[in-house]
Amino acid sequence: MKSFYENWLGGRDGAVGMLVLAVVIMVAFPLMFDIFRLNLIGKYLTYAFAAVGLVMVWGYGGVLSLGQGVFFGLGGYCIAMFLKLEASDLVSTQHQTTPGIPDFMDWNQLTALPAFWQPFHSLTFAIIAALVLPALFAWVIGVAMFKRRVSGVYFSIITQAVAAILTILVVGQQGYTGGINGITDLKTLHGWNINTTSAKYVLYYVNAVLLLLAIMVCRFVLTSKLGRLLLALRDKEDRVRFSGYDVASFKIFIFCLGAVISAIGGAMFTLQVGFMSPSFVGIVPSIEMVIFAAIGGRTSLIGAVYGTLLVNAGKTAFSESFPQLWLLLMGGLFIGVVMLFPNGVAGLYDGWFKPLVARWKSRRPVMVRVADPLAKSE
Amino acid sequence: MGGYSLSDLWSIVVMQGFSGLSLFSVLLLMALGLAIIFGQMGVINMAHGEFMTIGAYMIYFCSRIVAKYMPGFMPYYFVFAIVVAFVVAFAVGYFVEFLLIRHLYKRPLDTLLATWGLSLIMQQVFRSLFGAREVSPQLPDWLMGAWKATDTIDIPLNGLFVMALSILVTSGVFLFLYRSSWGLKVRATTQNRVMAGAVGINTRLVDRLTFALGCGIAGVAGAAFTTIGSTGPTSGSLYIVDTFLVVAFGGAGSLLGTIFSAFSIAQVQSLLTFFLTNAMGKVTTLLAVIVILMLRPEGLRPNKVRK
Repeated sequence: MKSFYENWLGGRDGAVGMLVLAVVIMVAFPLMFDIFRLNLIGKYLTYAFAAVGLVMVWGYGGVLSLGQGVFFGLGGYCIAMFLKLEASDLVSTQHQTTPGIPDFMDWNQLTALPAFWQPFHSLTFAIIAALVLPALFAWVIGVAMFKRRVSGVYFSIITQAVAAILTILVVGQQGYTGGINGITDLKTLHGWNINTTSAKYVLYYVNAVLLLLAIMVCRFVLTSKLGRLLLALRDKEDRVRFSGYDVASFKIFIFCLGAVISAIGGAMFTLQVGFMSPSFVGIVPSIEMVIFAAIGGRTSLIGAVYGTLLVNAGKTAFSESFPQLWLLLMGGLFIGVVMLFPNGVAGLYDGWFKPLVARWKSRRPVMVRVADPLAKSE
Repeated sequence: MGGYSLSDLWSIVVMQGFSGLSLFSVLLLMALGLAIIFGQMGVINMAHGEFMTIGAYMIYFCSRIVAKYMPGFMPYYFVFAIVVAFVVAFAVGYFVEFLLIRHLYKRPLDTLLATWGLSLIMQQVFRSLFGAREVSPQLPDWLMGAWKATDTIDIPLNGLFVMALSILVTSGVFLFLYRSSWGLKVRATTQNRVMAGAVGINTRLVDRLTFALGCGIAGVAGAAFTTIGSTGPTSGSLYIVDTFLVVAFGGAGSLLGTIFSAFSIAQVQSLLTFFLTNAMGKVTTLLAVIVILMLRPEGLRPNKVRK
């Protein structure tokens, strides 16, 4: 029990943080907002998976992936393919030239379901694929890059190029992927209508629980010996290598873990929002996910969730009323968070709020040393 | 590829080759600036594409001014507009380095994010100043038309002009870096910053001017760009990934490598675009570059310096 408390929740601070987060997203939000807004928050929380993945990969692994949207998209597309096949049964597609295939294939003169779509008739396969495909893809990229010691900016730009390539491919191969519109009109999951209010509530809670579980798994990884090594590796890679560790394997592992977590987010996105499109795969969404993690605090798992919520709430509020201002504000956020608050919201909390509480508790000034995780990184 | 006779294929190769040369010129000019900045400071300027857009908008701006106030000057304005494009992009680059980049030299990954933010801001500023619609400057007559080399081969004049411009700028950069005393300082700082500082080189000033110079060259790239495409607020951002791949492929810090990689990437992309679709040509090229980069992470001509 004690080891669960220490290793999965992260001790007292971590447990309190988790509890507050759980109360906020599972009690406060459903009480405060109607189902439309709650569904919107559910959508933001799926991005939080990607942000949590980035905290692991970037904050602790020290490699900045600008292609996190790729994994988010892969997870989302796998589920979307299953849902689309279920929505394209013979009855509802009888007016098509070829009934029984998804509508966009019919529009693009395809007369049979492509072979790689066939296995997605099975939900089990789709779920496994949504988890395994991104991991496999991340593994291939990771092996190719880290084994050859490609890191730093090179890695970032190459992941960005991968995101660009995948978007062009998905948009270009309209008949197989749905093109720029993506895979739309998703209705049921094994006969269960996902667009009803009750289904939306259920999916929201499933999403929230999965998010908390993902954070706990990450916390477990970080408190293990592996986590210590990751920190050492981020700060002084060569020393870890000279101590006899295979640095590349650790980086590959953390990159794959980040990919799988993002993919879960993508899968939940498809279920809650009801479609998947290339606009969640490319360069811009990928780099936006980085800003979610950066605003939350790049080394804070829980902060990443708040960062995602904050930025998205701001985006929705601003782009509804002042669309031009939003881009300026977003750019300012990038610059400001990097120059002024490198540790984001979590850094503000640790450096400002905690000392305040400590002072209030003891009624006299206390010196609190704030560890700066950036001080030693390059 | 069926259906083409041998002479057809030859004409296609020559004409696509020449349109590839235009792409090559823009890519080369963009990559030169990025390579100088990256080679020296290890900073990736994600807003580099926006500096290209500044150059392109300056050409448009000059063409409007000239057309309105001194129409007689129209045939010659382009040359002066290129200088204006360079100067404005240089000045903006100078201030950006002063305000933003110099605080982040120790954190290259953060520079990536900060300059991305800068690019968003610049795009919005372009949109507010010049509108969201794409614009094209009125080009002088001598840039229009084509030179008919044979019956089946047309070579556009603007392509030739852009080629000449990029050769000029590249030689200028080469002379500057390898034959001037200032270039000596730049190379010294690139190779060993601490030692360069120790022998009395003001490395901060070198950094600032190098960054500004890189941005200025991107401005010239924008001038070249206006002859082959129309300019919108996000025109530059379309080139940033390609440009970085050019730099990485050539080997950072190597001028010759950059030229060669820009040439091969542009040519392959231009030829593939004809035989496959536009998107697939680009995908194939980028994939090939990434695969080669995985095999040779240091690029074609690595900079052999002990780190």
